[in-house]
Amino acid sequence: MTSMNYDERIPNNVDLSTNKTLQRALEHWQPRFLDWWKELGPAVFQNNDVYLRTATSVDREGWATFGMVRMPEYRWGIFLAERDPNRTIGFGDHIGAPAWQVVPGEHRSTLRRLIVTQGDTEPASVEQQRALGTTAPSLYDLRNLFQVNVEEGRHLWAMVYLLHAYFGRDGREEAEGLLERHSGDADKPRILSTFNEPIRDWLSFYMFAYFTDRDGKFQLKALAESGFDPLARTCQFMLTEEAHHMFVGDTGIGRVVRRTVEVMNELRTEDAQKVRAAGAIDLQTIQKYMNFWFSSALDLFGSEVSSNAASYFANGLKGRPDESLYEDHRADGDYTLSVPSGAETVPLRNAMNEVLRSAYVRDCENGVKRWNKIIEKGGINFELRLASPRFRRSVGAWSNVPTDPAGNSISAESFAGQIANWIPTPDDQAFVQSLMQPVLEQGKVAAWIAPPDRGINNLPVDYEYVRVG
Amino acid sequence: MITFDRDPATYQHWRLSFDGPVATLTLDVAEDAGIEPGYKLKLNSYDLGVDIELRDALDRIRFEHPEVGAVVIASAKDRMFCAGANIYMLGKSSHAWKVNFCKFTNETRNGIEDTSEHSGLKFLAAVNGTAAGGGYELALACDEIVLVDDRSSAVSFPEVPLLAVLPGTGGLTRLVDKRNVRRDLADVFCTTAEGLGGAKAKAWGLVDEIAPPRAFAEKVQERAMALAAKTDRPHDAKGIALTPLKRTFDESGVHYEHVDVAIDAPARTIEITVHAPSANEAEELDAILEAGANWWPLAIARELDDAILHLRTNVREGGIWLFKTRGDLDAVLRIDRALDKHSGNWFVRETIGFLRRALGRLEVSSRSIYAVIDEDSAFAGTLFELALAADRSYMLASEENGPRVALSAMNFGPYTLPNGVTRLEARFGSESPKLAALRARVDAPMNAEEALNAGLITFAPDELDWEDELRLAIEERASLSPDALTGMEASLRFGGRETMATKIFGRLSAWQNWIFIRPNAVGEEGALKLFGSGSKPRFSWERI
Repeated sequence: MTSMNYDERIPNNVDLSTNKTLQRALEHWQPRFLDWWKELGPAVFQNNDVYLRTATSVDREGWATFGMVRMPEYRWGIFLAERDPNRTIGFGDHIGAPAWQVVPGEHRSTLRRLIVTQGDTEPASVEQQRALGTTAPSLYDLRNLFQVNVEEGRHLWAMVYLLHAYFGRDGREEAEGLLERHSGDADKPRILSTFNEPIRDWLSFYMFAYFTDRDGKFQLKALAESGFDPLARTCQFMLTEEAHHMFVGDTGIGRVVRRTVEVMNELRTEDAQKVRAAGAIDLQTIQKYMNFWFSSALDLFGSEVSSNAASYFANGLKGRPDESLYEDHRADGDYTLSVPSGAETVPLRNAMNEVLRSAYVRDCENGVKRWNKIIEKGGINFELRLASPRFRRSVGAWSNVPTDPAGNSISAESFAGQIANWIPTPDDQAFVQSLMQPVLEQGKVAAWIAPPDRGINNLPVDYEYVRVG
Repeated sequence: MITFDRDPATYQHWRLSFDGPVATLTLDVAEDAGIEPGYKLKLNSYDLGVDIELRDALDRIRFEHPEVGAVVIASAKDRMFCAGANIYMLGKSSHAWKVNFCKFTNETRNGIEDTSEHSGLKFLAAVNGTAAGGGYELALACDEIVLVDDRSSAVSFPEVPLLAVLPGTGGLTRLVDKRNVRRDLADVFCTTAEGLGGAKAKAWGLVDEIAPPRAFAEKVQERAMALAAKTDRPHDAKGIALTPLKRTFDESGVHYEHVDVAIDAPARTIEITVHAPSANEAEELDAILEAGANWWPLAIARELDDAILHLRTNVREGGIWLFKTRGDLDAVLRIDRALDKHSGNWFVRETIGFLRRALGRLEVSSRSIYAVIDEDSAFAGTLFELALAADRSYMLASEENGPRVALSAMNFGPYTLPNGVTRLEARFGSESPKLAALRARVDAPMNAEEALNAGLITFAPDELDWEDELRLAIEERASLSPDALTGMEASLRFGGRETMATKIFGRLSAWQNWIFIRPNAVGEEGALKLFGSGSKPRFSWERI
C-alpha cells in the first residue's frame, strides 16, 4: 500500500492517481530523481526560497502558478497539451491516418531512441549549469537560472513519463539511464557531446539559453508534430516553458550589449581594452561568444543528408517545425544543399536535418536584430552577425572545412592563424570569468550587465526573487 | 578489375601497429575511398576494399611478426567501432557482387578463427563504441570482446529490423554456436535494431567484458596481454617479409611464378596450372627460413589464393576450373616431407595454415572444378589436394610412362576442409578402412589404374579416349545451369560433419543469398533498396 497522494505531490493531467503502472514506475524513479537533483542540480541555494513558476494544469491559469518554493520541494508535474480526439497524422507515408495513441510496435525502438536522446539533454543542461548559482549577477538572474533548471527537470519528467507509460520495462530501464549518465562524466557521459561541457560563466549561459536551447525548441517543434500523439502533446506543452528559456538568453545577451554600449558612450571609446578596463564586455568578445555557441548548436541538428531523418519523417515520427505551414506534407520533392563541392540535390526527406537547421538559423536572426538595435540606438558603429553555417562545423558536409565566419573557404593555415579572432581565446574566457562575482544584494546588478526592463510576473525588478539570507 | 594484393604502406583504411607481443589493427575507414564509386564509407562502414586490406594485414601479422601473440582489433573513430558493411554499397551492388563480397568477408573472419585455433595467435575486439551489423560480426570472429560501457554504446544486429536481410557474415551462427547465446535471447537481440550495451550485453553473453571509458584502454591492454601470454609463437624469431607477388595480367590470363591461369572465354573454362618445386627447393629449416616468401609451398599458396580471388571476382563467367600440375612428383613429395617434419616451426606452421585456407577457398567457390591428371603432371601430396578438392578428376591411363599420383603425410591431417575433416575423410568417411589402407601407401606413386581402384580419381580414360572424353565432360558441364550446379556442388562437397564454418557457408550464406534476391529486400520497394531514401519498404507478407 502506498500513502502517496499523487495528484497533490505530482501535478498532472494523465490520471496518475488511477494509473497503477505509472505509479509503480514513478515510485521507484521519483526518489532517485530527487537524489540526482540534490547531488547534481544547482550547487547552491537548494534550501533557499526561490520565486518560481510551477505548472499545475495546462489551462491559462494553471500553467504558470508563481510562488516561493525551495527547489527540492518543487512540484515537478506531468502535463500534456489537451488531446484533440480527431487528430490525424500530418505528414509522411501515414498522412491522414488517426494519430497513434499507443506506440506502434514497429516504431517502438526508434521512438524510444528519439525520446531518450531528447530526454538526455534536459538533465544534462541542469548538470552543466550547476555552478552558475555561485556567480549570479543579480537575484533576478539567479531566479531565472533556477527557473530554467527546474523546468529542464520537468522536461526530464515529461520524457520519463512517456518512457514509463508507453515503453514497458525497456522504458523504465531507459528512464534509469537518464539519471545514470552525467554531464562531463568520462565513464558515463551524456549522449550528445556538447552537453558534456560545463557552462562556466553567465555570458556562456545566456548564449546557451539563446542558441543551444533554441535547438531544443526546434527539436521539440518537430516532435510536437509526431504521429505518436502522447509525444506530440507532451512536446507542445514543453514548448510553452521553453519560450522562457529563449527569453532568458535573448534578454540576457541584450542586457550585456546594452551595458557595453553604455560604457562605450560614457568613456567615448570604441577601444575594447578600455571597455574591458571599465568592467564591461567588449562587443568583439560578445561576437566571439556568439560565433562559438552558434556554430556548436548548428552541429546538433546532424548531417545535412540523413537516412535516419528521412525515415523519421516517412514513418510519421518526427515532422518539420510548423508542419502545417507547408503544402506538401509527404515531402516527396528534392532539396538543394550547399556543400563544399558546390550544390547537391537530394531527396527532401533526407534533408530534414537541414530543413530544421535553416528554420533555426532564421529564428536566431531575430535576437541579433534586437541586439543590433541597442547598439545602433547607442550611436555605435558596430554590427553583431551570425556566423555562416559553414563556419567551424564538426558535423556534416562542412565539418573540418576551414572557412572564415562569413563562410568563405580559406586555407587551414589561415584558419589556424585567425581562429583566435573569431572564437573566445583562453584570455577572453579568463577575462569574462574575472567579471563573474556574485551580486546578491536586493535590487543590485553586476557592472557588466544592464538591469532587466521589468521583473517577473509584474513584480518589481528589485524584488527579492531568491531569499539568500 | 579488382586486385587483392596490398601493401601496408598504402593502406587507406587500417593502421597496423606493434607493441611487443600485441599487434593493434586500427580501423579508420576513409569515407571517400570506396573501392567502387557511388557511396561514402561513413561511420567506419566497410566495403570489399576495406576487407582486402584486413586480409593483407592479418597475413602480415602472421608472417612478418612472429613475436606477436595477440591482435587487438580497434577503431580510430570516436565512440564508433564499426557500422558493418556499407548499406548504400549493398543497395547498389549486383547480386553477384554481394554474394562474392560476403564470401570473401566470411573467409577473412573464418581465417581469424583458423589462425586462433592453429597458430597460437589470439584476437581481441576492443569495441570502443557502436558495433553494428558486420561491425559486431567482426568482433564475434575474435576470441574475446571488450565493450566500452558508457551508457550509450551497444552491439547490435539491425539487419532484420532495418534492412530485411541477415547478419550474414557469420553473425547469427556465431551467436548461438560460438558464444552459446541462448536462442530466445538471440531472437530478441537480432530483432532489436539498437542492440544491447553494458551489463546486459555481458549478461546475455554478447561480449566478454565491459569497461567504463576511462578504464577501457587498460582493460583492453590487460586482456590482450593475457591472450598474448598463451601463445606458443616465438618471441625472438625474425619475421618473413611477404614480398610482392610476381604476377602479370595479359589477354590469355594471369601468370605467376609457379601458377598459370589461362582463360578460354568462349568455352567459359579456366585452366589453372600449378608447377612443382625445382629439385633444389629448400628442405632444411635454415634454408626454408632463408627462402622465406620464395619458399615454394608459401609461394604457391599465395599465388593460388590470389588467382582464386581474382577469378571469382573478375572472371565470373569462367564457370569451370580445370586444375593441372606440371613437374617432378618426387620433388613435391620431398617438400611435403619437409612440411611434415618441420610443422612445429612457426613459419612452416603458418605456411601450412596459408595452404589450408587457400585450398579451403576451392570448395566454397561457386565454380565447377575438374582435375586433369595428364602427362608430366605432379599431383602428389599437397598438390593432390587439388584433385581431391575437384568435383571430379580425369587421369590419363597409359601403359608406360603415364602420369602418376601420390599421397603424402600432408593429405592426412593439416589441410582440413571448412568442416574440420581432411579431404580424404570427407571422400571416404572418417571411419573408413580405406583411409588406413591409403595411409600405408604414402609416398608410393600410383598409376591411373591403381588410383582408380583406390578411389582417388573419378575416370581413367586411355590415350585413345582421352581427348574426346575430356572435351565432352567439359562441354556437358558448361551447358548446365550455373545456379543449379552451384547448389549441387556446395551440397556434395562437404561429406561428414558440420562445423560453424560450414553452417556459415551452407546455411547462413544460402539463406542470405536467397533473401538477397527476394523483393522484400531488393525489389523496387524492398528494404535494402529504399534504405535511407525516407520511403518505407513494402513487404509481401507471404511466408515461404
